[in-house]
Amino acid sequence: MLDDFIVRAALAGVGVSLAAAPLGCFVVWRRMAYFGDATAHAALLGVALALALDGPVIVGVLAVALVVGVSVSMLSDRGLGADTILGVLAHGLLAVGLLVISLTSDTRVDIMGFLVGDILSVSKAELGLVWLGAISVTALMIWRWNALLSVTLNPDLARASGINTRAEQLVLTLSLAVVVAVAIKVVGALLISALLIIPAAAARPLSRTPEAMAMIAAVIGVGCALGGLGAAFHWDTQTGPTIIALAALAFVITHLARAALRR
Amino acid sequence: MSALIVAQNMSLRQGGKTVLANVDFQINRGEIVTIVGPNGSGKSTLLRGLIGAIRPITGTVEQAKSLKIGYVPQSLHVDSTLPLTVRRFLNIPKRIDKDAMRGALDRAGVPDKADAQLSQLSGGQFQRVMLARALLARPDILILDEATQGLDQSGSAAFYRQIEEVRQELGCAVLMVSHDLHVVMAASDRVLCLNGHVCCEGTPDIVASAPEYRALFGTGTQGALALYRHDHDHNHHHDHTHDHSH
Repeated sequence: MLDDFIVRAALAGVGVSLAAAPLGCFVVWRRMAYFGDATAHAALLGVALALALDGPVIVGVLAVALVVGVSVSMLSDRGLGADTILGVLAHGLLAVGLLVISLTSDTRVDIMGFLVGDILSVSKAELGLVWLGAISVTALMIWRWNALLSVTLNPDLARASGINTRAEQLVLTLSLAVVVAVAIKVVGALLISALLIIPAAAARPLSRTPEAMAMIAAVIGVGCALGGLGAAFHWDTQTGPTIIALAALAFVITHLARAALRR
Repeated sequence: MSALIVAQNMSLRQGGKTVLANVDFQINRGEIVTIVGPNGSGKSTLLRGLIGAIRPITGTVEQAKSLKIGYVPQSLHVDSTLPLTVRRFLNIPKRIDKDAMRGALDRAGVPDKADAQLSQLSGGQFQRVMLARALLARPDILILDEATQGLDQSGSAAFYRQIEEVRQELGCAVLMVSHDLHVVMAASDRVLCLNGHVCCEGTPDIVASAPEYRALFGTGTQGALALYRHDHDHNHHHDHTHDHSH
C-alpha cells in the first residue's frame, strides 16, 4: 500500500495536519503568527545547509528552525518581540535562505518544491519521519496542555501556581521547529504557518473550549489535506497551495455560518 | 491579632530603579487594608513584593506559616481567539472539585455563569469570576490589584459589597489597591497612601455620613464607597521623620 505515492502523500498530509492542529491553536491564541513565519522561513537556510553538507534536508531544517526559534523567543523575552523585528526576521531569513541555496547548489535543485512543498514525492523514510515528528509533537502538546494554557492566559498567574513559563515557551518553540521540519515537504516553507493558523482559526467559531478547538482544527486540517490532495490530483494543481486554499475556504465558511447563526 | 504579612524597612526595585523605599507594612488576620496612590507610586510593586514575586533589595518580608493567598491581578486579557467557558477557566491549571467551584461562584456573586464564555462576560462579571478563582485557594488573605478598574461607580460599589460579604463569610483579610486616590471601600480598616514610600496612613470617612459626598457618589452605592481625605502636611512631616530615622 505504501508503494503508492498517492497513499504516502495522503498519510504525510494527515500526519502533519494532526500535529499542526494543537500547536496552531497556541500560535493563534498567543499571536505568534509572525514568530511561526520567521521559524518556517528560516527552514530554507536549513535546506541550504543540508544541501551544502550533503546531509538529510529534514535534519538541517530542524536544526536551523530550532536555533532561530530559540533566538527569536529570547529576543522577545527582552522586549524586542515587536511586530517589525519579527517581520524583518521572517522575510530577511526567507531572502537569505533563497540566496544561499542558489549560490551553493546547482541549478537542478527544485527551489519551488521547498517553497510550496512537494508532497507527491514523499519517500517511505520521509513518511516515517513525518509520523515520528507528528506523534512526538502531539504527545508533547497533550502532556503540557494545561500548563501551556495557563501560561497563555496569564504568565503571572501561571508563575503563581508554580509553572515555569520559560520551560513552557521552550516546549512551544521546540514543537514549532519539529512541525516546520516535517511540514516543509508537505506544504513548503511559505505555507507552513498557514497550515498552523488557518485550520485553528477556522475551528474557532465552532468551539466552546480550547480542547474542542484543537480537535476541530485537527478534523478541518485532515479534511483539507485529503481534499486538497484529491483536488490537486483532479485539476493538476500544486498540492500545497491547494490544501491551504481549501483551508482558507473552510475559514470563510465557518465564520460566515457563525455570523448567519447570530442573527 | 496575628499578623499575616509583615514587611520591615522593605525597598523594592523594578525595571532597574527603586520603586519603593523603606516601607514598613503589616496586615493582620481579618483586616481590610486599601492602598491608594498616583500612577507609578509603587502600588502594584508593593503587592508583588508582599506576595513574594519580587525580592526586596533591603529589609524583610515575612508571611505567616502556610499562608494561603488569593490573588486577583490588575487585568487579565483573554484573547478573543481563545474559546473558554468559566468552568474550564477555573480548572486551569489544576482540576478542581465541582462543589468547590459552585461554592466559589456563589460567593463571588456569579452562580449561573459556569457555562458562559469568558469573552461574553461584562467587566463586573469578569472581575467576579476572577474573585471566584481567588476564592478557590481558600485564602487567608485576598489580594486585589485595582480590581474595579474599568467598572463604573455603581459597578465598583457592587463589587466592594461583594468583597465585604465574602470577608464576613470567610473571615479572610483583604488587601487591595484602589485606582482612585480618593474613593475607597467604606469597610477599609486602614488606608495607606503610597508615593515611592508610605506618605500617610489613616481611616476612610464614611460617605453615607456626609450628604455632600453622597450627592457626588449617587445613592446607588449603598454605603460601599468612602472618601479618603489626604492630609498633606502630615505627609511632609512624615517624610521628614522618615528621613531622620535613616
